[in-house]
Amino acid sequence: MKKELLTCGVLAAAAVSLAIAEVKINACGASFPDAIYERWFADYNKAHPDVQINYTPSGSGAGVKSITERTVDFGASDMPMTDKELADAKRKIYHFPTVLGAVVPTYNIPGVTQELKFSGPVLAGIYMGTIKKWNDKALTSENPGVKLPGDDIIVVHRTDSSGTTFIFTDFLSKVSPEWKSKVGANKAVSWPTGLGSNQNAGVTELVKQTPGSIGYVELIYAIQNKIPYGWVKNASGAYIKASMESVSDAAAGVKMPDDFRVSITNAAGKNAYPISSFTWMLIPADIPDANKAKAIHAFLGWMLTEGQKIAPTLDFAPLPKPVVDKEQKQLAMLEKGAH
Amino acid sequence: MLARRKFVNVVMLTLTGVCTVTTVAVLFVILGALIVHGASSLSWNFFTRLPAPIGETGGGMANAIVGSAQIVGVSALIGIPIGFLAGVYLSEYEDKKFASLVRYIADLLNGVPSIIVGILAWALLVVPMHGNSALAGSIALSVMLIPIVTRQTEQFLREVPLSLREGALALGASKWKMIATVAVPAGSKGIMTGMILGVARVAGETAPLLFTAGLNQYWGGLKDPTASLPVMIYKLATGPYDEWHQLAWAAGLVLIVMVLTANVLARMILARGVSVPRG
Amino acid sequence: MGDQIARLTALFFACVLIAIVVLLVYELFSRSAAARAKFGWHFLASSEWNPVTEEFGALPFLYGTVITSLVAMVLSIPLGMGAAIFLAELAPVKLSNSLTFVIELLAAIPSVIYGLLAIFTLVPLMREYVEPALKAVLGFLPFFQGPVMGVGYLTAGLVLAIMTVPFIISVSREALLAVPREQREAALALGATRWETTWQIVVPYAKLGILGSIFLGLARALGETMAVTMVVGNLPAVHAGLFWPGSSIAAAIANEFSEAGGTVYPAALIELGLVLFGLTIVINGFARLMIVATTKKGSKR
Repeated sequence: MKKELLTCGVLAAAAVSLAIAEVKINACGASFPDAIYERWFADYNKAHPDVQINYTPSGSGAGVKSITERTVDFGASDMPMTDKELADAKRKIYHFPTVLGAVVPTYNIPGVTQELKFSGPVLAGIYMGTIKKWNDKALTSENPGVKLPGDDIIVVHRTDSSGTTFIFTDFLSKVSPEWKSKVGANKAVSWPTGLGSNQNAGVTELVKQTPGSIGYVELIYAIQNKIPYGWVKNASGAYIKASMESVSDAAAGVKMPDDFRVSITNAAGKNAYPISSFTWMLIPADIPDANKAKAIHAFLGWMLTEGQKIAPTLDFAPLPKPVVDKEQKQLAMLEKGAH
Repeated sequence: MLARRKFVNVVMLTLTGVCTVTTVAVLFVILGALIVHGASSLSWNFFTRLPAPIGETGGGMANAIVGSAQIVGVSALIGIPIGFLAGVYLSEYEDKKFASLVRYIADLLNGVPSIIVGILAWALLVVPMHGNSALAGSIALSVMLIPIVTRQTEQFLREVPLSLREGALALGASKWKMIATVAVPAGSKGIMTGMILGVARVAGETAPLLFTAGLNQYWGGLKDPTASLPVMIYKLATGPYDEWHQLAWAAGLVLIVMVLTANVLARMILARGVSVPRG
Repeated sequence: MGDQIARLTALFFACVLIAIVVLLVYELFSRSAAARAKFGWHFLASSEWNPVTEEFGALPFLYGTVITSLVAMVLSIPLGMGAAIFLAELAPVKLSNSLTFVIELLAAIPSVIYGLLAIFTLVPLMREYVEPALKAVLGFLPFFQGPVMGVGYLTAGLVLAIMTVPFIISVSREALLAVPREQREAALALGATRWETTWQIVVPYAKLGILGSIFLGLARALGETMAVTMVVGNLPAVHAGLFWPGSSIAAAIANEFSEAGGTVYPAALIELGLVLFGLTIVINGFARLMIVATTKKGSKR
């Protein structure tokens, strides 16, 4: 039975591809943009059946590691590669921002369906374990009118090396000097407290299953799983709810460096959502297989045009126009180099 | 006092019965839960379609089912011959000290945690090949399969009566001919049982495949990352989406049915009669 | 001539097993070198697990591995021995054989399926009913403290107990069955009750085999990966309270191996693997000694 299925599958694939060589591309990395990447790769495969992009959302750390060890054709990360990581890679790697997303504090408090408000220092306190209960003064003062229970706060974080963790801890480091000195910002940190799980999907699941818990995930995970997420206080003092508009606001006017490595957490804008970020695909300058190189470059071109139109359907903000223009110049450079 | 001793007697013996019932009940609880939660998701789509992106319905686990078959099949092709011949060696060619070393090694390999076997296959294949592959997964599983087949082969070959062997040798057969045409066929039921049980055991392993075969949303060839049922179950069960959970239950049901069927089959073969000739 | 070839071929494949183990030990040693050089023996005592500063210590994982396995043993030994006694001493032969067959099927169930069931049925049960009840009644003991989350050492230990019980039952039952009839008959003739005969005569006679089964179960529990990873909570810290989430060596490797970057991080994980490997060899060695001793004892009679 299985042999027949396999034969059918192979024959079907062969029938479709005929003279066109099938290009199988392996990629891995950030789970933050997994929802949009899965949609993109599926749609692109429908338009170009000979190109299969197999993406494993094992986390930004895995993305950086595998592109360094050359176990994948391209990687993905929500934290730009550091100078040391780029040096370890021993080859030129281009950062291509793909979309803008938001990290939201999502929670599961029995009896509380309202959207809570959090300021940066309060989130830092919760994650440092200094704010232990939901009805702590710091939380109730920011949320008058919400009856918060006296239950313990169960903190949920990532066990794997995560760009989402970087975005969140980057924000916490900017708003809490204590967090910055005690814990810092990185893809994997020494968590003072809490439960852990792998990838955005794992954190979402843990929060869903554990009453009294709080976690940090990309916006789409909270939306798709219908769990409440809080508003966060930005640098201008306003409480902002994560949305395409507030995320785009955070990116507006950003001075994009030539290598595209930039952080937009705690942005200055009045309506900016403070825990926003770009996310990047890590594309090596030299891809040994010419067919794969052509396919990847073609996909990037599609991503910068068609892909951007699809992003809003999954609540990711498309890239600002100046950034797209800059990337297309980088893509042209990449394609020239490949010949 | 006799009455007290009699009381203790009844109580303790009843407790042992309770222990037994509890243990047996666990099996039925597991099966029951899998059927209740998973049966409804078993559909034509489940067995024939590739996974769908989040938000779309109608996806299936065809690639994981075929992937598992592929990985386990290759591991059987590699592991069974090696295990079988090693078992033949242990049973037929007594080289006292060396044989006990090999026996000890087989037991040792049997006890190695499956995740450590995964590390070995990763070091030997994934690193030089620069990527996950079904082959790496198969090698990991075959490392686990070999000691099982070795010990079962040895055990059942040893049980073949001496009289049978001597009869063949007396008729002029060379040693290897005797082994091939008399001893092995005589012990074949037990040996086959060992192979079936071994394959069923490795078919359910997850840890060794985590960083060797990895996962794939499409079909995978021998050199590609390949989806497998156990790793998919792990991914789907620990994710947040309800559709994923339903698929996990269904996949779990398929896996347990396969594994339990193989076990029952093996037992039936064994019970039908290990050849015990009147010699 | 044909015999020579046959013998050499079989010998070759026997050597393959040896080669595999040699390779395994080699890879574990060489790929953990960076961590062993950096931390030395301190690795086993340190609780630090910081991928950023590249400071790693095995203690939380070693602790979690040992604690969850101990919890499993505390639960599965009485349960397993009780069932083994019933099956060997009380049940009629046919019933005993069929029930044993069913119990041995439990051993064949893949661990990811145990994990699947544990996440969706056991964890909520623990969180809503069992842990709060235990905390209320026994909360003064250091073991029954900690945040009630459903995941943690206790839940992982419980799942492991279910997974190890079939091994204990299977091997103990064999050991009990091997005890000669005369022993029982003599005791009963002297007026002992059935239970007294079993507990004071038969079981001690079979104690080596039973001990062997326990060590076998322990070795299995120490190396178990998936079911533990899915319910232990993944917190790399050491806590006495059993409700606390924790981690284990196998769980740490399963969670972090794919993305451990740099040189020290993956080496530290592989060093964890080396520690686990050593532990299971020792325990399995004990198990083997005892089971072999039982068969020797049995054959003497």
